Amino acid sequence: MAKPKLAVVKMTGCAGCQMEVLRIEDKLLDLVGAIDMAYFYMATSANRHGPYDVALVEGSVSTPRELRELKELRERSKLLIALGDCACTGCLPSIVNWVPPQESAKVYERFLEIHSKKESFQKVYPLSAHVRVDLELRGCPPHRDTILEALKGALLGIKPFLREHPVCVECKMKENVCLLVCEGRPCMGPVTAAGCGAACPSNGRVCEGCYGPMSDANASSLAEILAKRCGLSKEDLIGKFRKYAGLMPAFSKEAGGAI
Amino acid sequence: MSQVREIRVDYVARIEGQAEVLIKVVGGRVEEAKLAVFEPPRFFESFMIGRRCGEAHEIASRICGICHVPHQVAALEAVEDGLGIEVDDQTRALRKLLNYANHISSHALSVYFLSVPDYFGKPDIISMASEHPDLVRNAIRLKKVGDDITERFGGRAIHPVTLVVNGFTRIPTKADLEWAKMELLAMKGFAMEGVDFVADLDIPDFERRCEHIALSQEDQYAINEGRLISTEGLDISPREYRAHIEETHTDYSWTKRSIVRGRDSFLVGPLARVNLNFDKLSDDAKEAAKRVGFKPPVFNPFMAVLARAIELINAIDDSVSIIENLRIEKGPVIEESFEVKAGDGFAIVEAPRGILYHSYSFDSKGMIKKADVVTPTAHNSRNIERDLEALAPELREISPEEAILKCEMLVRAYDPCISCSVHLVEVG
Ligand code: SF4
Ligand code: SF4
Ligand code: SF4
Repeated sequence: MAKPKLAVVKMTGCAGCQMEVLRIEDKLLDLVGAIDMAYFYMATSANRHGPYDVALVEGSVSTPRELRELKELRERSKLLIALGDCACTGCLPSIVNWVPPQESAKVYERFLEIHSKKESFQKVYPLSAHVRVDLELRGCPPHRDTILEALKGALLGIKPFLREHPVCVECKMKENVCLLVCEGRPCMGPVTAAGCGAACPSNGRVCEGCYGPMSDANASSLAEILAKRCGLSKEDLIGKFRKYAGLMPAFSKEAGGAI
Repeated sequence: MSQVREIRVDYVARIEGQAEVLIKVVGGRVEEAKLAVFEPPRFFESFMIGRRCGEAHEIASRICGICHVPHQVAALEAVEDGLGIEVDDQTRALRKLLNYANHISSHALSVYFLSVPDYFGKPDIISMASEHPDLVRNAIRLKKVGDDITERFGGRAIHPVTLVVNGFTRIPTKADLEWAKMELLAMKGFAMEGVDFVADLDIPDFERRCEHIALSQEDQYAINEGRLISTEGLDISPREYRAHIEETHTDYSWTKRSIVRGRDSFLVGPLARVNLNFDKLSDDAKEAAKRVGFKPPVFNPFMAVLARAIELINAIDDSVSIIENLRIEKGPVIEESFEVKAGDGFAIVEAPRGILYHSYSFDSKGMIKKADVVTPTAHNSRNIERDLEALAPELREISPEEAILKCEMLVRAYDPCISCSVHLVEVG
């Protein structure tokens, strides 16, 4: 049987998710035994154009060029996996969607001139806004174990186990003292999807919500608690919910409304 | 009829991000030499406005998934500068340790994963594994040491979470420090051999004198603090940066390009650092450099690969000595527990690819009013083109495949980080 062909593709992102793929390094040599790395521009110059069995896509869609590439990739890939928040939710850079275009255009003196040649939307959207996505790996970046789990699942043709419970569950398993309940600090853990192993609360820091909303997140109830218990203002709350996943329906009301 | 030769690399592989190279030689003359970045702009400086200064570093981290630590350190230092916070030595030491960890993992990636395959006629490091199993295994392990230190001290390997204004939310234990020292020392031998290995590669013979710029400190190898100095006599503080470095735009690239006011483009990164701070390298790094005949200043941009190999030894040695001299006296701090006030702050940090400038202005509530970030690749982008221009004439003599490879090797020697360079600059 031919080895399954894997593509790792970059759209608008920071390469952190691809770096997390490279962090499977211990397993990398075994993995290439089982997988045909058909496309990974950051790592190889032997790149082939599909069809692929699995495409891991980092980054959001922010130019017409990327949109064309994504649609083509969708057609050529059996499984299309959104790798990380930028691809799943728009992540932190999606904050730009609330900035009026004339403001963000100011950053280039000759914006329109370059714009017309290089084309850009000035808005950031997750992959699912444009194409069907088979699997979403949340996180900024997703943990390598999750990526490995997804790849194994894809290889074996089984659904990977992804955690959709809140960070709090992982936090409790680590027996951390709750920063929200015991110290009144504004933790996003109760509405944030798990997968990071409660990286922040385990290191003395509140969760900022970088894995995006968990399933059935009750954002308004947490917003109320953060306002009452931690004294967050309306602006503070908008800032919190508009940080990593403000475009997601579960957060959009608290993020100051859909745009 | 004059001979026209066009060289085009549509998408340079084994660099971070999306860029192409276009060179046109007519007769003996170079008509154009462009590094065109088609990775889209990301508007960080515009959407940081209105956010709290205490989260600047967390946001800036997402400019780059490779050099996230230097972005965090630069943002933290700039914000602290604006708030008038003097951080203690322990915090300084731990930040330097984390930045070195980032340099180790990034340099290991750049040297062995991205550059070395070219010299063996291979498309990537994995395809070298059957012929050079030890090299590949050690290269992977060296990169991993950097990532693992970041993970253990920073809470996770990419976009770490423990660094905050005025300190860390978690202080490493004695066991963490001992473990890190062992991990680093275990790779020292490979790093030493690495210098000889790289020096033996067939590095292209090419020289172009240009200004080299790096941070510098009196008493140590500077990566997190210091003054900005150059081979042409520049000597300024981070606060004076904008008076001396200017940015221009082109219509074919999303990257802004820097020049020294009244002068020309310049080079930043490992080669500039080793050239300008050779004396401050650890003894073993200096020894290794001398052994292979590295005499600063070296003006061959392809030699950045060797400079990285030299810096890998220095990063290990200096990290070990930081650990040995570290006295933990201060406990963890709570994120954003500082008092806010209005201010302007400036900082320059050495990312693996060179100097990284961050500056912020914020109001009395600590809300960001203006952000200005200039990345190493933006600093280097014009200089890469100047090198391509100088390289172009000799490309006529070789086959198109070789010419393309040589351009790619030059670009890879700079190890450009394209996502970084289009993060986007300055809102007035
Ligand atoms: S999700 Fe985070 S780590 Fe991944 S590309 Fe986006 S900003 Fe980078
Ligand atoms: S610290 Fe945060 S993540 Fe942990 S249990 Fe409390 S609210 Fe949940
Ligand atoms: S605790 Fe929250 S902010 Fe921290 S890594 Fe996990 S999801 Fe991200």
